[in-house]
Amino acid sequence: MVLPALLTILLIALFPLVWTFWESLHLHDLRMPWLGRPFVGLTNYLDAARDPRFLGALGHTLFFAVTSVTLELVIGLWLALALNRAFRGRGLVRAAVLVPWAIPTVVSALLWRFMFEGQTGIVNSLLVQAGVLREPIVWFIQASTAWVPIILADVWKTTPFVALLLLAGLQNIDGSLYEAARIDGASAWRQFRYVTLPLLKPAILVALIFRTLDAFRVFDLVYALTGGGPGTSTEPIALYTFNALLQNLQFGYGSALSVIVFLITFGLAMVYVRFLGADLTGSRR
Amino acid sequence: MASVRLEGIKKTYPNGHVAAQGLDLEIANGEFMVLVGPSGCGKSTALRMIAGLETPTGGRIVIGDRDVTVLPPQERDIAMVFQTYALYPHMTVRENLGFGLRMRGAGRDAIRDRVEEAARALSLEPVLDRKPAQLSGGQRQRVALGRAIVREPKVFLFDEPLSNLDAKLRVETRAELARLHRRLGATIVYVTHDQEEAMTLGSRVAVMRDGFLQQVAPPMELYREPANRFVAGFVGSPAMNFLPGDLVRGLGRPSADGILGVRPHEIIVVQGGAGDLDALVDVVEPRGSDLLVYLRLGSRGEGPEVKVIAPPETSIEAGKVVGLRFDRERLHWFDPASGKRLSL
Amino acid sequence: MNEKKWWPTLALTLLVLASAFPFYWAILASFTPEARLFQGPSLIPGDLVLDHYRALFTQRNFWVPIRNSLIVAGSTTAFCVAVGSLCAYALARLEFRGKLALLGFILAVGMFPQISVVSPLYMLLRALGLINTYPGLILPYLTFAMPLTVWLLVGFFRQLPAELEEAAMVDGASRLRAFAEVIVPLALPGLATTAILTFVYSWNEFLFALSFTLGPERQTVPVAIALFRGMYQVPWGQILAAAVIATAPVTLLVLAFQRRIVQGLTAGAVKG
Repeated sequence: MVLPALLTILLIALFPLVWTFWESLHLHDLRMPWLGRPFVGLTNYLDAARDPRFLGALGHTLFFAVTSVTLELVIGLWLALALNRAFRGRGLVRAAVLVPWAIPTVVSALLWRFMFEGQTGIVNSLLVQAGVLREPIVWFIQASTAWVPIILADVWKTTPFVALLLLAGLQNIDGSLYEAARIDGASAWRQFRYVTLPLLKPAILVALIFRTLDAFRVFDLVYALTGGGPGTSTEPIALYTFNALLQNLQFGYGSALSVIVFLITFGLAMVYVRFLGADLTGSRR
Repeated sequence: MASVRLEGIKKTYPNGHVAAQGLDLEIANGEFMVLVGPSGCGKSTALRMIAGLETPTGGRIVIGDRDVTVLPPQERDIAMVFQTYALYPHMTVRENLGFGLRMRGAGRDAIRDRVEEAARALSLEPVLDRKPAQLSGGQRQRVALGRAIVREPKVFLFDEPLSNLDAKLRVETRAELARLHRRLGATIVYVTHDQEEAMTLGSRVAVMRDGFLQQVAPPMELYREPANRFVAGFVGSPAMNFLPGDLVRGLGRPSADGILGVRPHEIIVVQGGAGDLDALVDVVEPRGSDLLVYLRLGSRGEGPEVKVIAPPETSIEAGKVVGLRFDRERLHWFDPASGKRLSL
Repeated sequence: MNEKKWWPTLALTLLVLASAFPFYWAILASFTPEARLFQGPSLIPGDLVLDHYRALFTQRNFWVPIRNSLIVAGSTTAFCVAVGSLCAYALARLEFRGKLALLGFILAVGMFPQISVVSPLYMLLRALGLINTYPGLILPYLTFAMPLTVWLLVGFFRQLPAELEEAAMVDGASRLRAFAEVIVPLALPGLATTAILTFVYSWNEFLFALSFTLGPERQTVPVAIALFRGMYQVPWGQILAAAVIATAPVTLLVLAFQRRIVQGLTAGAVKG
């Protein structure tokens, strides 16, 4: 019963990974087919380590991941705490939460691009009218301002999901613990710090894992919002890899980049699993 | 109806846990056999092996004259009542009752008749078209029972069916089960951890511990002639008192080794100094029908604890020193190493 | 708890507004004539026109990507639920050594960065002549859809007490019959939720669809929208109209089944 599914997964997932790794050890540039496909060992990886565009991409990805995940966790936690109280209109809120999550990422990217576009996009208009800006910003001309819609779009799309995850964790906390804490004289802040936070740790870690891994793999969002631009100043590693592979046709080098991306995400997952695993078994006692 | 025989049944799980260590049990046709023991003793595993839900790692299981050891449950012609009843939530009571018959290809008329007959017998007619979620605990239990009866199987298996009921319902249903057994003449294998249930329901009781059978006998024999210390302490409530041999010299056992077992009901409270031993009264619990008295042996209460059941009108209070008289006929002696009962 | 009742309501109002605004703005713009799109937008609608929607279907033949997405997402979902449910059932019920490792492995595969498998999959598909075909998309989609389906369904099957199947077997049903008559009816909500989630993920997928299709004939909706090109300028009106159409089915599905979806998404994650 297990076999068909297992075989499918093995074939379609494992094989490509092995192939990519093998390819990364060769020089294989489809723009220069006369060079053939010689084995070059780890040269591609060394090149990557010295490639300013790659290092830049790494930096962009790191920046994006840290910023968006932090924002999503903080806002998500705040939202979860608010949602935890019973109230009317729960259905409306749940819907509000799910719809941004459910649409294609490229569509959400385009929605946000449209809002920040040009000098008369709605964001510029509102900010100028509110007196926050003296004159409209051309957001997509420099990296520093281009990041704003990127991060906002990501937060808009996935914070609700983080909030849901944390909400489920909150609802698993026994209400009588808070009552006991109140009787013991704990203030609301203290209750949060000593009851809520520790018991929410597993859920927070799960949210962290999922979101960080997703953030490191970001592709759709940036492709549709800025295309990695201006120039390559907002290009994350997944997009650079894509460009190297399917636009520059550098299969060997691109494969090395792919492997690096995989190792980073895999490594992160391992780190988290160690923390999460230890925490889960620890807190079950 | 059929007999059930377990021959040398062994069960070891892949993780190393041994649930059965060589069980030999013979259940006669029409007998009500209770498997009882503390949790983890292997009684549920034994029942599930008879049902075919688990396969023994060694030994044979015979139902009637068929070796069913490797047969799946559907081919054993047995019925089982689960601890949680396991009623099909998406089916009505009628459909639940008829499910087994439907699986065996019975005709629609036959199914309808048998289902209605069982419903009548168990007072389930008013709820035939409801779903399990809409029934009370007692009703669900009866549906589970009905599902088994309707099938007219060779053997009935019960896995702690009363543990989810409240005390009053438990006692009522117990009587119901006894009546059922009498009426159907069914072979029943019944698992419980409650020794009182075992004693009142079983024609014979098998006491289990750590995968071994300790003793198989009619209830009164277990009570009066327990084979070892474990059975003696397990059967009967409040539990038997165990006293080290050297404290009770002169009670009919010449040497000092051995453990004396004596039931709380079989010790008489007398004036201090007038009995076989003195004891200091610790706590007195009036239970209405009698008094449960906790004492410590010795005139200063320095010895081990003893529990005694005394008549309700006995004048006795905490802190007093009293005498305990033992009925020589009702004493049990056990070997301290093996726990086996010693004959005098 | 009655302390400070204002901040939850404030938080939630902000949430709903923030979630809804981009949609509101996009929908509004999709009905606004191209000329007025950047003229100094106002929050209140002026004249509304259907030009963009009409152009989508007359000039750009937007039916084609919609059809493609339906076929690809639908087939992926159907296959994954059918095959994955058997696998999930076995994983939920059978005991064997290394079961936890297998489950972890399946989850890990689902988390592979897609970019890392794009080029070999491209080579493979090209060798099989499957570039720019339906199977050429469905097959790669299985790499993330199958683990997702199995993971979700294992969670659902685990919630059904094992005693139900045991009772059915004792009652005379074979394992397959017990599965069909007892498990499937009870697991239907779980199967439905899994199907919806798988469909949503497949519909929204972008990278594979971008890499493995060559032209409008086989492109899915997300790719088609992202690649809209105008003659002189970016055709925002049409892009937004396409966005509205593209997201309508998924949005409706989600709104209709929100409670189930939330349950499915969070049950596995927190209870672990």
